[in-house]
Amino acid sequence: MNATVHRLARSALLILALLAAPPFLGSAAHAQDISGALAKLTADSYADTGEAIAALATSGHPRAAVIVESIRDGQLEFDEPSKTVAIRTAAGVLDAATGAALATPPAGLSPVRVNNRVRSALAAAMGALTLMSPDPAKRREAAEAVFKSRDQGALATLEAAIPKEADAGVRSAFSAARAAIVLYKTDATEDARVAAGEVLRARGDQDAVATLRGLPADTPKRVKDAAEIAAKSIETSLALWASVQNAVYGVSLGSVLLLAAIGLAITFGVMGIINMAHGEMVMLGAYTTFVVQEVIRAHAPGLFDWSLAIAIPLAFLVSGAVGVVLERGIIRFLYGRPLETLLATWGVSLILQQSVRSIFGANNREVGAPSWMSGSFEVGALTMTWGRLWIVVFALAVFVGLILILKKTPAGLQMRAVTQNRSMASAMGIRTPFVDALTFGLGCGIAGIAGVALSQIDNVSPNLGQSYIIDSFMVVVFGGVGNLWGTLVGALTLGVVNKFLEPFAGAVLGKILVLVLIILFIQKRPRGLFALKGRAVES
Amino acid sequence: MSKFVSDAMTRRAFGTLVGAAIASGAFAGAAAAADTIKVGILHSLSGTMAISETTLKDTMLFLIDEQNKKGGVLGKKLEAVVVDPASNWPLFAEKARELITKDKVSAVFGCWTSVSRKSVLPVFKELNNILFYPVQYEGEESERNVFYTGAAPNQQAIPAVDYLMSKDGGEVKRWVLAGTDYVYPRTTNKILEAYLKAKGVAAEDIMINYTPFGHSDWQTIVSDIKKFGSAGKKTAVVSTINGDANVPFYKELGNQGLKATDIPVVAFSVGEEELAGIDTKPLLGHLAAWNYFQSVKDPANDAFIAKWKEFTKNPKRVTNDPMEAHVIGFQMWIKAMEKAGTADPDKVIDALPGIEAVNLTGGVSKMLPNHHITKPVLIGEIKADGQFDVVWKTKGLVPGDAWTDFLPGSKDLEADWVSLKCGNYNTVTKKCG
Repeated sequence: MNATVHRLARSALLILALLAAPPFLGSAAHAQDISGALAKLTADSYADTGEAIAALATSGHPRAAVIVESIRDGQLEFDEPSKTVAIRTAAGVLDAATGAALATPPAGLSPVRVNNRVRSALAAAMGALTLMSPDPAKRREAAEAVFKSRDQGALATLEAAIPKEADAGVRSAFSAARAAIVLYKTDATEDARVAAGEVLRARGDQDAVATLRGLPADTPKRVKDAAEIAAKSIETSLALWASVQNAVYGVSLGSVLLLAAIGLAITFGVMGIINMAHGEMVMLGAYTTFVVQEVIRAHAPGLFDWSLAIAIPLAFLVSGAVGVVLERGIIRFLYGRPLETLLATWGVSLILQQSVRSIFGANNREVGAPSWMSGSFEVGALTMTWGRLWIVVFALAVFVGLILILKKTPAGLQMRAVTQNRSMASAMGIRTPFVDALTFGLGCGIAGIAGVALSQIDNVSPNLGQSYIIDSFMVVVFGGVGNLWGTLVGALTLGVVNKFLEPFAGAVLGKILVLVLIILFIQKRPRGLFALKGRAVES
Repeated sequence: MSKFVSDAMTRRAFGTLVGAAIASGAFAGAAAAADTIKVGILHSLSGTMAISETTLKDTMLFLIDEQNKKGGVLGKKLEAVVVDPASNWPLFAEKARELITKDKVSAVFGCWTSVSRKSVLPVFKELNNILFYPVQYEGEESERNVFYTGAAPNQQAIPAVDYLMSKDGGEVKRWVLAGTDYVYPRTTNKILEAYLKAKGVAAEDIMINYTPFGHSDWQTIVSDIKKFGSAGKKTAVVSTINGDANVPFYKELGNQGLKATDIPVVAFSVGEEELAGIDTKPLLGHLAAWNYFQSVKDPANDAFIAKWKEFTKNPKRVTNDPMEAHVIGFQMWIKAMEKAGTADPDKVIDALPGIEAVNLTGGVSKMLPNHHITKPVLIGEIKADGQFDVVWKTKGLVPGDAWTDFLPGSKDLEADWVSLKCGNYNTVTKKCG
């Protein structure tokens, strides 16, 4: 389809609609008179502002949309004594009603204040005013706004627009909006209202249920019963989606656990070091992301969407370097003494926390989400946020990458050799101390990478690591010490079990139940899900 | 590395910075000690609560500094003694004891969580000293040695619910009470539930949800809230979620597109400090109920903010409600010492009720006989810049009520340390306790 022609046709349609709008909207006598509405805007009361917006929306005045938009953007100002309503733009102060520049704007101009009530009125008005917008996304947004406001004034416009609408998505949004209006229209026939209920049933989401259930008590019984049946049938299908949703959320939680635990699977699982400072490596990664974003904000705002990609290698290096220093400086003297390692690394974790607190302050730091990670999308009745989806993908990518490093590279071979049989590896000419530092650094570096991802969903504060350390150990022990696949399966299992328990047991009890289940499981299988077999275990 | 060797070191360095050599205090001799009036500051500077409490420590240092510039009080300079209870509740009691017996402070400003307050109570009672507690809390308490400068439930929770029930608030009919699982949210929600039911809200229109401290996966709960909100009645969330869990909660709200115009969230523990870590654009219009907002237009507030930024040398530093509570409490303490003519805690306790102090929202707060104060209640909507726009406020100041009228056990209790000399006088049995 030729886009230009399409757009031209659309503009022509818009002009036609605007010309045709006044007779539809509001009574002809007051069609052009917005002075009453403007006077209300000077009252500085939310109730009056809301009424003024509704009046503007139905006035058919050519400047109505501009005025409503300026309220939304906080540009509309008023002065009570002189009854002036003006729009403050970069070019100057314009009179709201005429659009002419004010030569001497009154000194007392202050913005029209907005609260949720006014914001709802604004959304409804913008919906009614932008139904004929040339941009399909805007039309759809407008239809959603009308769906929620059920503004009777928009019915005529909608009915005129539905047959002409070319975009299928927008058309169904229009039909749903029309159905919502008709369902609540007291002077519509019962047949029409029941039919409207059916259209809403086809829409089949939470909002449709809300609309169907919200009918006032004095609605005819037939309409109300039909609406209830439609709402019930939507709920039945939504209940099915709920278990899909639990599974998806479970995988999402599991991937967060996997990210947090995967570094530990190396340092604790493969090397056997109880590293209580693991969480702080995650925290360092998150703070690296913060620093990277600060630098980008200050020097190259255009690169913001790339900030996470830039932060990943840096976080790996920062946490990895700290890990190597930690291994060379402390841990290597404590090999074979797990209790002392535990205490020493716990001390290190406190030192790292307090250092970060001294440098960056105790408050949370804001790590922004790049545009491709914010917002959500819907699959059927399931809402999934982009951020969570990318974290699942990222966790799996890190996992695969790590497996490849361990299984396919010479460094990985040496790491495995040293952890399986230190003296034999040493006899074969492998520099075991070097490999120890390298392996520990790799585990810590991966924790740093996890921090980049976790900065998107959690607080970036000095305490970030603490909240993950217990979960990480739980995953590694449950999955089976020394086995990466065990960590993967363990993390996903715990995530899904947690999410299926949560709706029934609540978040607090759910967490306790999971812990109890793990304790019982460890009693039965002390080596976890995937126990290592063979002589390496015995040593 | 040596910089972080121990807390004690950091503290000592800090003490010197303020001009008070804490560690050497013991050796300085009685002569030096008599020339100053010591103020204990008992706020966590490390651990989970450091995020909120560090600012209050800075606030106290700022206030003491300002007072000393004015010449101190009773002809003496004030001297700050800072200790770090490290978000460890039993350590709060130990540090409080240390402040009172070893450092001989005349009053302590401190605590944030209710559990830390409960932990230090016996110490203050035993050693008869003063605690100024600056945070909004669940009520159901009034002690002779504690002065509650934060909000009681009737100064925050109840007015917030009233606002949401009003036309401006959206005439909410269905309620989600979401909180962190500990004493403050549980008690507040119990009070709110009783209040809502008294207002004719049916049990099926109230959903109560608790989460552990630091909860970070809100996907299920936010989608449950969405589901609960689709019953065709206007729904709102009353959040007593505390601490770190708020950031992921608001991020999830923003990401799942739960707009304030659909389901507004009113929070009791989220202020300017907490929002500093979040991108607030998706949260436009969500609410908070406090007794103070940084955005309040008032000459006293403007002056305070300007001086505070100058003191912290940080033009972006925000102010918040518990800070204002310390500002009020500190002024009241100074005035009470002037009235009593001494810094002796026992005499100052009796002098405090009735003392008035200018608050930062254009009013004058008064210390009541029940050791709570009068405050205005403000409802603010989150703006895109992380500040709040005040959309509603009470007509006058609301007196703090220690014992709520909406719970069966506490309805008959009354606190009055002036005439009754009792924190929990039962008006039915006419007995104290």
